[in-house]
Amino acid sequence: MPSNPDELLRMYRTMVLIRLAEERLVQLFAAGKMPGFIHSYIGEEATAVGVCGALRPDDYITSTHRGHGHIIAKGGDLGLFFAELYGKATGYCRGKGGSMHVTDMDLGILGANGIVGAGIPIAAGAALACRMQGLDRVAVAFLGDGATDIGVFHEALNMASLWDVPAVFVCENNGYADFMSRASHQRIERVSDRAASYSMPGVTIDGNDVEAVRDAATEAVARARAGGGPTLLECVTYRWRGHYEGDPQPYRTADEVEEWKRRDPLPTAEARLRATGALDDVSRDAIRAAATAAIDQAVAQAEAAPMPSPEDALQDVYAEVDEVGWS
Amino acid sequence: MTTLSYARAVSLALAEAMESDDRVFVLGEDVAHGGAYGATVGLLDRFGPSRVRDTPISEAAIVGYSVGASLAGMRPVAEIMHMDFIACAMDQVVNQAAKVRYMSGGKASAPLVIRAGTGGWLSAAAQHSQSLEAWFAHIPGIKVVASGTPADARAVLRAAIDDANPVLVVESLSLYEGQGEVPDEPPVYRLGAADLKRRGDDVTIVTWGALVPRVLEAADALAAEGVHADVVDLLTIRPWDADAVLASVSRTNRAVVAHQAHRHGGFGAEVAATIAEKAFDQLDAPVARVGSLDVPVPFSPPLEEYVLPTAARVADAVRAMG
Repeated sequence: MPSNPDELLRMYRTMVLIRLAEERLVQLFAAGKMPGFIHSYIGEEATAVGVCGALRPDDYITSTHRGHGHIIAKGGDLGLFFAELYGKATGYCRGKGGSMHVTDMDLGILGANGIVGAGIPIAAGAALACRMQGLDRVAVAFLGDGATDIGVFHEALNMASLWDVPAVFVCENNGYADFMSRASHQRIERVSDRAASYSMPGVTIDGNDVEAVRDAATEAVARARAGGGPTLLECVTYRWRGHYEGDPQPYRTADEVEEWKRRDPLPTAEARLRATGALDDVSRDAIRAAATAAIDQAVAQAEAAPMPSPEDALQDVYAEVDEVGWS
Repeated sequence: MTTLSYARAVSLALAEAMESDDRVFVLGEDVAHGGAYGATVGLLDRFGPSRVRDTPISEAAIVGYSVGASLAGMRPVAEIMHMDFIACAMDQVVNQAAKVRYMSGGKASAPLVIRAGTGGWLSAAAQHSQSLEAWFAHIPGIKVVASGTPADARAVLRAAIDDANPVLVVESLSLYEGQGEVPDEPPVYRLGAADLKRRGDDVTIVTWGALVPRVLEAADALAAEGVHADVVDLLTIRPWDADAVLASVSRTNRAVVAHQAHRHGGFGAEVAATIAEKAFDQLDAPVARVGSLDVPVPFSPPLEEYVLPTAARVADAVRAMG
C-alpha cells in the first residue's frame, strides 16, 4: 500500500506519544511514585500503532501485561491512564486494576491482562459475538511470543479457525518471554509457522516498520471482516527494557540491546516523513512538545487526584441489578 | 405440572432462555448432539448451529470464548461435561470471568453461565466424580448455584442465565434421569435464596445439589423415629442464604450440614462456622458436617458407596447429636 503522509504522520504522533509516555513512566516508577510494577513497551511502538491504525473505533482488542502501547494506540485517555497507574480513584479502573488491567469498553479495549495468553480466547469470543450479532466488527488479540507456548493459544486458534471468527492474533515477537530468549523457549524459526497447524494465514513482518505493520494488519482485518477467518500476524520487534522495571537482565548483552536500538521504529518513520516533506525539524519538535504537554497534564492531574477510599475496595465485585430487575 | 427428568428440565430452561433472549447461546463438547448426558437434546433442531455450538475438547477456550462473547454483549451458556474438567479452564473462570468486573472498576461485565456436570454414584472414578463448588464459592466475583430436583434445576439455571454476573451451575449427573414435577409456568427464582424443602422443629439439615434427595430420605427415616428435620436447600452457594439457615437454627437449636463434596474444606465448613459465629448461644450441640470421606472418589461400587455421603450417614449424624 503506498504511503499516505497524513496517515503516517498520525501514526508517528501516536508512536511519539507512547515513547514519551513510557519514558515518563520509567522515570516516575524509578522515583517511587507508582505502586506495583510496570512492564515497558518502549521499542515496540510500531506494532501497536500499526495494528490499531488498521482498526475502526468499534473494533475490539485484548491487551497484555505489556499493554500501555495498545491502550494509547487504541485511543485511550492519557489522563485516565496515568491516574490508574498512580492508583487513583479517578483512574480508568478506579484504582482497582493498575498497569496490567486497563479497560475501556467505549473504545473496545476489553482489558489488558496479567495472565499470559488469557486475552487470546477472550478476543476470539468477542469476535464470535460480533459474527453472531451480524456486526462487521473484528477483534484483535495482542500477545507475546511467550504466549504462543501456552495451551489456550492453541485451543483458541484451533476454534477460531474452525469457526472462521473475525479475529486477528497479533504476536509481538519481542525476543523474550519474561527472562527467556526466544531460542530458549521455542524451537520454531517463525512464530507464524504455528498458523499452519490451524489452516490460517501466518504472516511475519518487521514489527518496527509501522507502515508494514499497518499494511499487514489491514489485510488481515479486511479478511476477517469479510468472513474470511482469522490470521496469525507475527510482528518482529524488540523489548528495549527488561521484563519489568528494575530487571537486572543478566540474560542478554548490552550489545544486543544497542543493535536493536539502531532499528528504532521512530527514526524509521521519521525519515520517511522527511522524505515526503511531511515532517521537518520544526514540526518534529512541535509533535514532541505536544506529546510532552499532554503527558505533563496527565501526570499533574493524576498526582492531584484523590486516592480511593479504602472502603471503595468493597464495590464492583458483582453487578448490582440483574436482568429481571432484582437489586 | 409436568413430570420431567432433571436432564429434560435443564434443556427446558435452556430452550426457554434462548426463546426469550436472542443473546443466549450454548457451547460445549457434543452439545449439538444433545450433550453427553442429554441436557441439550432438541436445541440444535430448534435454534440452529450458530446458537448451539459443538466445540473441540478445549475447556479453556470454551470458557475463554464465553468470557469474550459475554463482554461483547452475548449470554453464553457453556457446558463443562464433568466438573472435574473445569480444572483445565481455571484461569478463565477464576482470573478472568470472576475478576473482569472488579479489575475494570465496574466498567466491564461478563454475564456467562458455566454448567458443570457433577458426577458421583456413576462408578466414574476420581477424575469424573468430584463436586468442586467450594473452589468457586471461595472466589469473589462469581456466583455458584446447585440443584437437586428437576424443578430447581430449571429455576436456578434460568436465574443464572438472567443474572448479570458469571454464574457456575453445579448440576448433579447422578440425578439426571430422576423424574420430578415441573410447573407449567416459567420459574421465578432469585439467586441467593434458600428453599425450605421440609419443615421440622428438631434439627436443621442444610444441604444442596446431589445430597438433597438423600437428605430428604434421611429426614423420612428420622421422622419415623419422631425426630423432625428442617431441610434447608441452599440452591445458591454463593451468595448463600445465611438468614434462612440462621432462622431455622433459631427454631431447632441443632444443625447438620451435608454435601457431596469432601467434608474437609468443603463449603459446609463455611456454613458451620457461620452458624457457630452467629448462633452459638442457640445451639444445643456442636454443628455436624457430613460429606465425602477424605480420599479421592474410587471406582468400584462398594468403595464409592463407602466414600460418598449417604442418607444413612446423614441420619446417623443427627442421631449422634442426642
